[in-house]
Amino acid sequence: MTVLTVNGVKQETSVDSSTPLLWVIREQLELTGTKFGCGIGQCGACTVRLNGTAIRSCLTPVAAADGQEIQTIEGLAPSDGALHSLQAAWIKHQVPQCGYCQSGQLMSAAALLESNPTPSDEDIDLAMEGNICRCGMYGRIKAAIKTAAKAGADNTADGTADALTIIATAKETADE
Amino acid sequence: MNKWTRRSFITTGLLAGGGLMVGVALRPGNRAKGLAQHVTSEGETFVHTWVKLDANNVVTAIVPHAEMGQGVGTALTQMLADELNADWNLVKFEEAPAITPFANHPILKGMLPPGVEIPEIVVPTVDGLLMRTAQALNLQITGGSMSVRSTGVYGMRVAGAAVQEMLRLAAAEAWQVPLDQVVARNSQLIHEASSRTEPYSAFAAAASEMTPPSTPQLKTPEEFTIIGHHVERHDIPSKVDGTATFALDVRLPNMLYATVRRTPTFGGGIESLDDSKARALPGVVDVIRLPASKAEALVGNFTATESVAVVAEGYWPAKQGLDALKIVWSETANDYVSSASIFEQFDRDISAGVDREVDVAEGDFEATMANAAQVIEADYRAPYLAHTCMEPLNATAVVEDGRAEVWVGCQAPLPFRQAIADAMGFDAENVTLHNCFMGGGFGRKSRADYAIQAVQLAAKMGRPVQLIWTREEDVRQDFYRPAVQSRFRAGLDKDGNLTAWENTYVDKHEPVEAPLIPYTPLTASNIGYVSSPTHVPFGAWRSVDHSQHGFFTESFFDEVAVAAGQDPYEYRAARLADKPRQLAVLRKAAEAAGWGAPLGEGQGRGISFQECFGSIVAQVVEVTVLDGQTQVDRVVAAVDAGIAVSPDGLSAQIESGIIYGLTAALYGEITIENGAVKQSNFSDYEALRISAAPKIETHIINSGSAIGGAGEPGTPGVAPALANAIFDATGFRVRSLPINLIDLDYKVEDVVTPA
Repeated sequence: MTVLTVNGVKQETSVDSSTPLLWVIREQLELTGTKFGCGIGQCGACTVRLNGTAIRSCLTPVAAADGQEIQTIEGLAPSDGALHSLQAAWIKHQVPQCGYCQSGQLMSAAALLESNPTPSDEDIDLAMEGNICRCGMYGRIKAAIKTAAKAGADNTADGTADALTIIATAKETADE
Repeated sequence: MNKWTRRSFITTGLLAGGGLMVGVALRPGNRAKGLAQHVTSEGETFVHTWVKLDANNVVTAIVPHAEMGQGVGTALTQMLADELNADWNLVKFEEAPAITPFANHPILKGMLPPGVEIPEIVVPTVDGLLMRTAQALNLQITGGSMSVRSTGVYGMRVAGAAVQEMLRLAAAEAWQVPLDQVVARNSQLIHEASSRTEPYSAFAAAASEMTPPSTPQLKTPEEFTIIGHHVERHDIPSKVDGTATFALDVRLPNMLYATVRRTPTFGGGIESLDDSKARALPGVVDVIRLPASKAEALVGNFTATESVAVVAEGYWPAKQGLDALKIVWSETANDYVSSASIFEQFDRDISAGVDREVDVAEGDFEATMANAAQVIEADYRAPYLAHTCMEPLNATAVVEDGRAEVWVGCQAPLPFRQAIADAMGFDAENVTLHNCFMGGGFGRKSRADYAIQAVQLAAKMGRPVQLIWTREEDVRQDFYRPAVQSRFRAGLDKDGNLTAWENTYVDKHEPVEAPLIPYTPLTASNIGYVSSPTHVPFGAWRSVDHSQHGFFTESFFDEVAVAAGQDPYEYRAARLADKPRQLAVLRKAAEAAGWGAPLGEGQGRGISFQECFGSIVAQVVEVTVLDGQTQVDRVVAAVDAGIAVSPDGLSAQIESGIIYGLTAALYGEITIENGAVKQSNFSDYEALRISAAPKIETHIINSGSAIGGAGEPGTPGVAPALANAIFDATGFRVRSLPINLIDLDYKVEDVVTPA
């Protein structure tokens, strides 16, 4: 029996302890926002956070996450109806095309900003090098990370308000 | 009973709840050879583009194209909403269901409530593009960068304009005021003199009783308020919070998972299978041999050979089971084929020139060459490429009582449905296909092989099965962008003018114009191809033949300019002098890039020009080559797609096409060894990563010409612009791809510039 805390919720699973975390998240927990891309840690589509650090869940046996805190894309937003500043920036810069890699991109970017709130271009390259985007939206990803970093640096009130306005508009359009 | 008339163009119907539904039907006119099979049948009626207006005044566009990242739903809906004068906040879209219009009105079952009569209306002139539109609509194919320029232009805009006119008429009648005093604006009908304003939905029922205008008044570009303006894509919010549903995310009760391995050598089969170890693994439910399958597809038919699938309680045990299989593959005639032997064959076949087919032959080529002051010759090669969509191929199926239900992400829902029906011996009506968001398509997801496998497995198991290919299978069982060789000869006169151009290449697919060059004048030209078939399965790959020929022709043309001792940009510009639209694009890219400005150590600049899929793209690449390492610093693109319906969407597509083409130019190579693909995953079939991604600047020119495509035109021009930049930086001429196989550090000393 493996016990995980996923997005703040305690979960138990009895699958073979060598099963990669990715498949437990997708199949047992039915959190399908985390994607399968290569199975060998090369593409980053499966990126989740383990105690805050971005990891490749396709290579991480579920046993290694026993008793640990996991965050997936479903848990990135601070609360229901709100978005993480990175998600807001992703919408502002219209980053996703097919969108398949974006959960992994966002989780890598979230880990980056938490450890380095004002990353340089080189910092971004280093942190995001493991996440492939076959639609090639790297320029937009970089710009969006900077926007989110700036929103964070501008310190709560203004940055958050901006982000929420962006989201509200986008959500409204999407929900119709 | 509902009845479609033979020549319906615009059709209306009343929705339950008082809403309005309008459809645009495209009738095939002349039965062009080759297309007729796709566009004509007993019914002859195409009804695919739909507009719904509900009681809450919300307009829904039903889009007959699949979303693979290109933002097609948003762009098409913009076109509809603009002509309709709709409030963008009251507009949404859905993808059309995959149901065929060929059989006895099955479309009505899915699309229309009972009791709707369809008025007959005159069909506008049918031209070539409309025929292709009809084909694409009819098959619900998304490809060829066709959606906006065909469905959008002939379907969405017309439907929007027609609905707008009908609503105004309905309001004018209800209010007893002259039609020309009724204004449609922001989803409201307004009569200013009497201060009356009502939502569109108030007149939906009345409008649905009308005969729609057959040729509604369309806006001029100056009147657009949504087309050409920035709107946010509707699908993006769901793609940043993990809620977007791809086929891989489908979850059904009691579902099993499976993964599969097909004969690695194309054309082979299974000699023997020992699955005892796999079956003994916990979680493994069954091991199933799947027969070969074949299907008709958009670009040629295909055959997929035998495969073995492991079905389990999860993907992981299925994958463990797959790895535990002991399979002996049968020997085939292709076991000794390699990339080297394939290129030797190309070389031989080009030299022999047997049954050479001619694309273009103008002037007396040999006589012009005999008079040339300078002759240059070169052979170019491009390798096989896989698509490697981010989302590995997968499909989920349930088969019960002679019916199949399938969840898949695909570029061609109707052909998939037919292929599944054929493979299972079902009628197409008994196959229901749910098309999901695609995690990339690029041409691969126009082949139904993976969906057929899933349905075969579900039928065997009697339970829902989600089949997920490994990435290794995805790389090794693709339908590949073909390897091509092209042999050029060119003649220049004493002033350096290009007078003669010859190109002989192997195998032709589409578009037919891909090998042609736009430059004039030429005294003589001869472009043609020889057949040199291989056993490697062919697939359409983003921009199809343009992807190789763009590299070949724009690189060799650069060689001509260098041989003439002239600036490659000015040399091109001089030969586009009689094509102002094309010249403007070339000039825009060069000027925006600062063509001619000094560059640093190891840097070079290259240019390319491409006209394809109805759009014109010029690119300037800046590269740094130091110690043999190639870094692409900057790409400046100018694009004229007639009118950019969604400017940011067009820019995004150009950026995407450039990175896709750059991945191929720098790293892309599928190698054949012992008849099979050598590469396996992103570890040995690399994709461009963020640190190698150049800064991309896209400059849009709205020339007002016919709307062109966006998904593919960015791809072909980047390889030649990069190769030309490398020549500028190093003096080494790249004549084969990928570039990372070339030791630029070593060869830079040995290079001989063309005489």
